[in-house]
Amino acid sequence: MGEKVTLLVWRGDAGAGDIVEYQVEVNEGEVVLDVLHRLQATQAGDLAVRWNCKAGKCGSCSMEINGRPRLACMTRMSTFEPGEAITVTPMRTFPVIRDLVTDVSFNYAKARQIPSFSPDPSVALGEFRMQQVDVQRSQEFRKCIECYLCQNVCHVIRDHEENMPAYAGPRFLMRIAELEMHPADTADRRTIAQDEFGLGYCNITKCCTEVCPEHIKITDNALIPLKERVVGRKYDPLVWLGSKITRRGHRDTPAVPSKRDTA
Amino acid sequence: MSDIERLSYDVVVVGAGGSGLRAAIEARLAGKRTAVISKSLFGKAHTVMAEGGCAAAMGNVNPNDNWQVHFRDTMRGGKFLNNWRMAELHAKEAPERVWELEAWGAVFDRTPEGKISQRNFGGHQYPRLAHVGDRTGLEMIRTLQQKVVALQQEDARQHGDPEAMIKVFAETTITRLLKDSDAIAGAFGYIRESGRFVIFEAPAVILATGGIGKTFKISSNSWEYTGDGHALALLAGAKLLNMEFVQFHPTHMVWPLSVRGLLVTESVRGDGGVLRNSQGRRFMFDYVPDVFRDQYAETEEEADRWYADPDHNRRPPELLPRDEVARANNAEVKAGRGSPHGGVFLDIASRLPAEEILRRLPSMHHQFKELADVDITKEPMEVGPAQHYVMGGVEVDPDTGQSAVPGLFAAGEVSGGMHGSNRLGGNSLSDLLVFGRRAGIGAAEYLDRLGHKRPVVDEGQVASARAEALAPLDRAGGENPYEVHAAVQETMSSLVGIIRTEEEIKTALAELEKLRERAARVSAEGGSAYNPGWHLALDLRNIMLIADCVAQAALERQESRGGHTRNDFPQMSPEWRQVNLICSLADDRASITRQPMPSMRADLMALFERPELKKYFTEGELPPAPEETH
Repeated sequence: MGEKVTLLVWRGDAGAGDIVEYQVEVNEGEVVLDVLHRLQATQAGDLAVRWNCKAGKCGSCSMEINGRPRLACMTRMSTFEPGEAITVTPMRTFPVIRDLVTDVSFNYAKARQIPSFSPDPSVALGEFRMQQVDVQRSQEFRKCIECYLCQNVCHVIRDHEENMPAYAGPRFLMRIAELEMHPADTADRRTIAQDEFGLGYCNITKCCTEVCPEHIKITDNALIPLKERVVGRKYDPLVWLGSKITRRGHRDTPAVPSKRDTA
Repeated sequence: MSDIERLSYDVVVVGAGGSGLRAAIEARLAGKRTAVISKSLFGKAHTVMAEGGCAAAMGNVNPNDNWQVHFRDTMRGGKFLNNWRMAELHAKEAPERVWELEAWGAVFDRTPEGKISQRNFGGHQYPRLAHVGDRTGLEMIRTLQQKVVALQQEDARQHGDPEAMIKVFAETTITRLLKDSDAIAGAFGYIRESGRFVIFEAPAVILATGGIGKTFKISSNSWEYTGDGHALALLAGAKLLNMEFVQFHPTHMVWPLSVRGLLVTESVRGDGGVLRNSQGRRFMFDYVPDVFRDQYAETEEEADRWYADPDHNRRPPELLPRDEVARANNAEVKAGRGSPHGGVFLDIASRLPAEEILRRLPSMHHQFKELADVDITKEPMEVGPAQHYVMGGVEVDPDTGQSAVPGLFAAGEVSGGMHGSNRLGGNSLSDLLVFGRRAGIGAAEYLDRLGHKRPVVDEGQVASARAEALAPLDRAGGENPYEVHAAVQETMSSLVGIIRTEEEIKTALAELEKLRERAARVSAEGGSAYNPGWHLALDLRNIMLIADCVAQAALERQESRGGHTRNDFPQMSPEWRQVNLICSLADDRASITRQPMPSMRADLMALFERPELKKYFTEGELPPAPEETH
């Protein structure tokens, strides 16, 4: 049987909480989630931890480990110094439910505001033709496991709750980029990306990219290109002239109604 | 009982994985107010872990493929114990279900012509699996999740409320189904966050809860897989079919110990990976069973030629159905020819260039690199079998998904019959779509027939469901649920695992009897708000019940077939092929009865050659021999 490790776990609920110290056994090859499970099974049966696949595929066990946003199932115990105490706290950006579990409903509300995939309705089932090279960019963003670590680390909302209504966060700005780059999508979300989802708040510090467990280049491949597209639309003289002649503000897909109710 | 929230819906879908979401979408499209009960957060269900792909005979890569070929492969994979009608519907409807996903935003890998790419997999004659690298399940769940959202956006426009017609109840668990005499009247459960109880009053309930992996110690399944739907169905009076058939997928990580059971996708073999023992031998050539002898290569040279020229060479034996490969891996380790950590070697490094491995198998590369410090582009992987899937499940009507209980439907892994004694890789994602949709339609049509005569929830049942759920919290100083759970898993893995004998199964049943007493005394410390100890204490009832069904059915079936291998009855028996084992509940105890297998329709039978059928069927079941017809 293995060595003991000092685990400092935040325990509490929306009301209050504090760090509690535990000594837990560790075996070779284990990850932080294994140790939390052992803690549950032997000392703290009611310790709230959200997890599901334990394989880095579902994005449930997001938390902060020694202050860094991580998936507990993909953080190996061997990455810590021998004898190092490990501090485990819930994600800071979201309200705590209990112990290490947070209320991430903000993310689901944002997801519901983004106009959905809109293919040309005249294309019959099975008749889509897309080249691999053209779908590759959207595919990179669809690797997202929705762990919300990028949302958690983003400084626009991490310590500025007041920005939450106006800012969708890296995950959902990337979702807009994904749809915009989908070869079969016909909608245009560039204006609302800026006006409704707060793309302008992002000042490309790449914190999101750094914490992404799927190693998606969120900033370089999604956010910066999306900013370029938005700017391209806003300052394109032809688009400007067209909007003056037709007297239509823009042809953008409108944001989904009742969105403010669900935010 | 004022602490119970009451909600009313037309259809309640228990489970938010592939089949649950597909069923819910269909029920909503049919105009029914639908609740989706998700044990985890929305979009986290076990479907995300499916890697290889979704089988559908679209013929995009090999135009010879069609539903008849897919049907044949499915029946062969299940050793002809499949419900043939389900296998037929599945093979016919899978392509349309995949194309539908594409129209909802799924971004599959493409062929050079721009169609959906399809890859080779065990037991499938042609490249048939639509895929996205090795993360196909994630793509499917996200697409279905986003389709639900798209419908909610429509409803927001039309009704001013995105949740007017379809609402997802995240982190909510159903513990009992409620009935009005024979028919379903609703479901009782708790909301994880608050611990509050909730009743869903609904005439139709669709079970889509997935499998039973957490009954076993080494399993690729996620936390949710505690056999909830299987148990809810039994407790409500439905029947389970052929629970002895449990799939042990041949390749999972075996090291480090903490990731033992983490899936290594079959795509590694589909894309050219080979299995070797400690002596470097490609041992699968030694394990081709008689029934498949004609279809698989006998030399490495022929097997290797097949990848480029499948029309003139036979398939490599690494692509045999999963049950065969799992038994072979197990046998090599037992014979002392295993890898250092008790697995066998799976080698892709010497078979494909590094950049090709990274493109086709990115998740596998990531998983081995991060968790085991193994670079699969340079070294072989160490792999071994683990519990992966259950073929057995709720007995349903193939066309509508309805169980023996009026108003109770099931789809996906929780239902039985479709895969016979062994499921082919790739057939589960297509199963979810085909039968998820059919259950949604089945439930909607049931409601239409019902008209205004909606069943009424029985308050006595509500009171006992509430008392049952509170018992572990009220009890102090009882058994630790985590310990009891670990003991069940140990018992099932070691005694009712990949290889079984009468003696071991009997030992397991005796062991389970003792554990049942311990499970009845579990207590959970703490309160009812987000308390995993309490949740496990409640899940234990299901785990115990299903373990008992699996063990009893495994004892009863005296033959070896697919996901049920009896060392004391090593042969497959045509007589046993005619028998379905039915598990049902009386006085809270499960028992097994035999039920005859319905005979296959003649036109489907005619898709096979007589000599092949002779390997599976009794003489009396076969079509007349050619000489007799003259």
